Amino acid sequence: MRVLMFGWEFPPHISGGLGTACYGLTKALLRHGVDVIFVVPKAFGDEDNEIKILNASDFEINLEEETSIELWKRLKYIQVASKIIPYISPEAYTEEYERLRKEEIKKNDFFKRKYEFSGSYGPNIMYEVSRYALIASAIAATHDFDVIHAHDWLTYPAGIAAKSTSGKPLIVHVHATEFDRSGENINQDVYNIEREGMLKADKVVTVSNYTRSIVINRYGIEPDKVVTVYNGADAFKFHSRPKVDKPYKEKVVTYIGRITFQKGPEYFVETARKLLKYDDNVRFVMAGSGDMFPRIVKLAARYRIGHKIHFTGFLKGPEVEEVLSYSDVYVMPSVSEPFGISPLEALMSNVPIVISKQSGVSEVLKHAIKVDFWDIDAMANAIYGILHYPAISKMFQKYGKAEVDQLKWDNSAYEVKQLYESLLSEYLILK
Amino acid sequence: MRYICFYFQVHQPIRLRTYRFFDIGINHNYYDDYQNQYILRRVADKCYLPMNQLLFELIQEFGQRFKVSFSITGTALEQFERYAPEVIESFKLLAETGSVEFLAETYSHSLASVISKDEFYSQINLHQDKLKSLIGVKPSTAFRNTELIYSDQIGEYVADLGYKVMLAEGAKHILGWKSPHFLYYNVINPELKLLLKDYQLSDDIAFRFSNRQWDQWPLTAEKYVDWLNAIDSKHEVVNLFMDYETFGEHQWKETGIFDFMRALPYRIFSHSDYEFATPTELSELLQPVAPLHVPYPTSWADEERDLTAWLGNELQEDAFNTLYSLRDKVSQTDDPDIYRDWLYLQTSDHFYYMCTKWFSDGDVHKYFNPYGSPYDAYINYMNILSDFIIRIDKKIEEKTSFQELKHTTSDTKTQKTEKSTITSKKKKTTHDVQITSDGDNIKFTKEQIDKLAEEFTPREIAILFKQLSDNTVKSIKNKLNKDLKIKVEKELAKTMRPRKETINKILNKFNDLIK
Repeated sequence: MRVLMFGWEFPPHISGGLGTACYGLTKALLRHGVDVIFVVPKAFGDEDNEIKILNASDFEINLEEETSIELWKRLKYIQVASKIIPYISPEAYTEEYERLRKEEIKKNDFFKRKYEFSGSYGPNIMYEVSRYALIASAIAATHDFDVIHAHDWLTYPAGIAAKSTSGKPLIVHVHATEFDRSGENINQDVYNIEREGMLKADKVVTVSNYTRSIVINRYGIEPDKVVTVYNGADAFKFHSRPKVDKPYKEKVVTYIGRITFQKGPEYFVETARKLLKYDDNVRFVMAGSGDMFPRIVKLAARYRIGHKIHFTGFLKGPEVEEVLSYSDVYVMPSVSEPFGISPLEALMSNVPIVISKQSGVSEVLKHAIKVDFWDIDAMANAIYGILHYPAISKMFQKYGKAEVDQLKWDNSAYEVKQLYESLLSEYLILK
Repeated sequence: MRYICFYFQVHQPIRLRTYRFFDIGINHNYYDDYQNQYILRRVADKCYLPMNQLLFELIQEFGQRFKVSFSITGTALEQFERYAPEVIESFKLLAETGSVEFLAETYSHSLASVISKDEFYSQINLHQDKLKSLIGVKPSTAFRNTELIYSDQIGEYVADLGYKVMLAEGAKHILGWKSPHFLYYNVINPELKLLLKDYQLSDDIAFRFSNRQWDQWPLTAEKYVDWLNAIDSKHEVVNLFMDYETFGEHQWKETGIFDFMRALPYRIFSHSDYEFATPTELSELLQPVAPLHVPYPTSWADEERDLTAWLGNELQEDAFNTLYSLRDKVSQTDDPDIYRDWLYLQTSDHFYYMCTKWFSDGDVHKYFNPYGSPYDAYINYMNILSDFIIRIDKKIEEKTSFQELKHTTSDTKTQKTEKSTITSKKKKTTHDVQITSDGDNIKFTKEQIDKLAEEFTPREIAILFKQLSDNTVKSIKNKLNKDLKIKVEKELAKTMRPRKETINKILNKFNDLIK
């Protein structure tokens, strides 16, 4: 069994959870005897050498081949039609749009034999997505494999291209949807790419039932086609540190995550305000950065609780471990969270957690207090309970870590492998 | 002749409302009246009323041959009074047939038996009074404890109150090679007989009846009686103990549960040699075969049949211990509102909601649990307890400051009126009588004990016991005759606040006795 897998990033060069999940899954698939060809837009050469990594940037395209030109024509819509490219300002967009348009005119420029991908989420992301798809088609034509597996929308066009070239079954793996990233103000082009990927796929894998229901309800995908496979938590070893003595008497309530709409940072501030009215013996830490940062700081200032909320900015691994080592409660008030790895790290550090019900991870954890992200009263109440009734912390110390230890990529990979096998047998019957 | 003993447990907790930390100290209403009313009405209409009617009709038909027994918790009775008085009327009708026995139990379906004998006794008394006033019966021979919780120790407590027979769980890993189909007795006090639940046949009705995955589905009266007949004919009794809510609530009417129960007595009378009997009748009809050793408490819950459904994790233990540490203070407040909340908060269901054993019996737990997680249940309960503690402390503070105030005003009064006598009077402090010899070393003669029984009322003995050391109390108690002992125990269970003079008088009398 060999899988052609398309990802956008791969450890150690990652910017979020996607790369980690791809790594965890791939390693575990190898242990289950599944052969994986992992394609990334840009390889750095220092990736795990047990995994066969294909660098899309190394690929050449045969310019004369009719199919390449055909495919490119079909892919063009992705870059040109896109009105708003995510993650960039309007000015940068105008610039980028102009550039793309010119490129369109100078068609031949595009057909240079090699292209060095940035592999990032930069302004020319749409261009890279379609270029990546083109190369995917070439790879599919020249390699031998049984199933195609594409992770998140950036790679769906690649997956579709590989499928149409090879005729092999396609799985798209939904780690997040546009609704998780942007709330209701979605980027329609990204949505379209996601939806096309899901429609063309033979199976859609979601990381939680929460995400599964979004895929079914918001993208209109046939429920039978959508399968939930939970993430593992053991891709990398998390180093929890022993509890430290704090230089102050207050208890510490911690938020770790980007300060963006979907993580619900303002609910955290509202909760802090509510709690501080009744209990002065608490401090709040917000670790992370993001576009809502200025607004959140202002909100804390307006409520006159700035001296009780501490902003640390973005934290790297060891700093996260440190923050957790003096935290008494971890809170994840996400508005929409397909899975959510960070609460698991809190559990590994023996920190009791309060997580929103609108998260995938809440489906797999028993030892967690779950609240609706908008329910400030319930959230404040849960934190109050943990801070005042020590039996809860004792319970978490006893069971929390053990629960995380059960979330193994081996189990996820086993389910994915079963999926491959069933797809493959269907494919062989049809053939 | 073999017997079938049907016992139905009727219980509804008084459910707690969502109580946030910012309610603490401000809001003292702990109960979800809407939910309580809604659930009670629903269960009354789906189960209590139709099933009572069915049993009544069966009794009409078979007369004294068909019998069942019930225990109804105080919290259920209270809610019937409030939301469905016709349920009480229908139980009264059943009581009047003479074919129905009502058993004694704790008022609030509490776990008091595992932590406080005094509280246990006090709740049994309270339950008896409630049952007497509402249904008109006062059970004095048969007892069943919350969730069939039983141990040698608890059995002894129950025997000391004069009960003749008690119900307990009969699961295999408790009984070992013994069969639940015989009468047993308490190992400490052989006067107390034990009836043990046949969990197999009970659960066939209570849990499996509507389960289509079960290879015996559908269960018919014919099949069930075949199973009864298959039991060794030397076995004497089959105890079918279950929640009354099985009929119409856990097993819906549509499953055919009522039809099954209607058909069962006919089939039993026509196709078997079984007769129906109540617990008290069985304690007289049957000879106990052996003592039962149960050193640790057992119950009828879950696979383990122990207390872990209520006291199995840190959350439950913390909530439980915090609650029961308040007992003395609660009685000090002498406040009816506080006492009522004290009773309602003891209901075992609150601890059941905090259970973390999801895996084996998760479904059953989920069915009965209004909380999203044990943590939610615990935090809510502890918030309420926090407020309850504040109220208790406040009440005690008020009382003491009031008493001090009374003291000082009366002092000034005396100063004004009887200036001359003041010095002599002040010397006489409040607790002036001491027991003449060291309490622990008193050896009592038979004459002394007889004299005690003669000259002291049970209430006086109870008051005396409160003043004496535990060892002395024990040595007296063992020599008292049984009737008196029961009376004294009952007195002890009541809240007593005798006046100083009364205590002094009794101590004086006692001193005379042991001279």
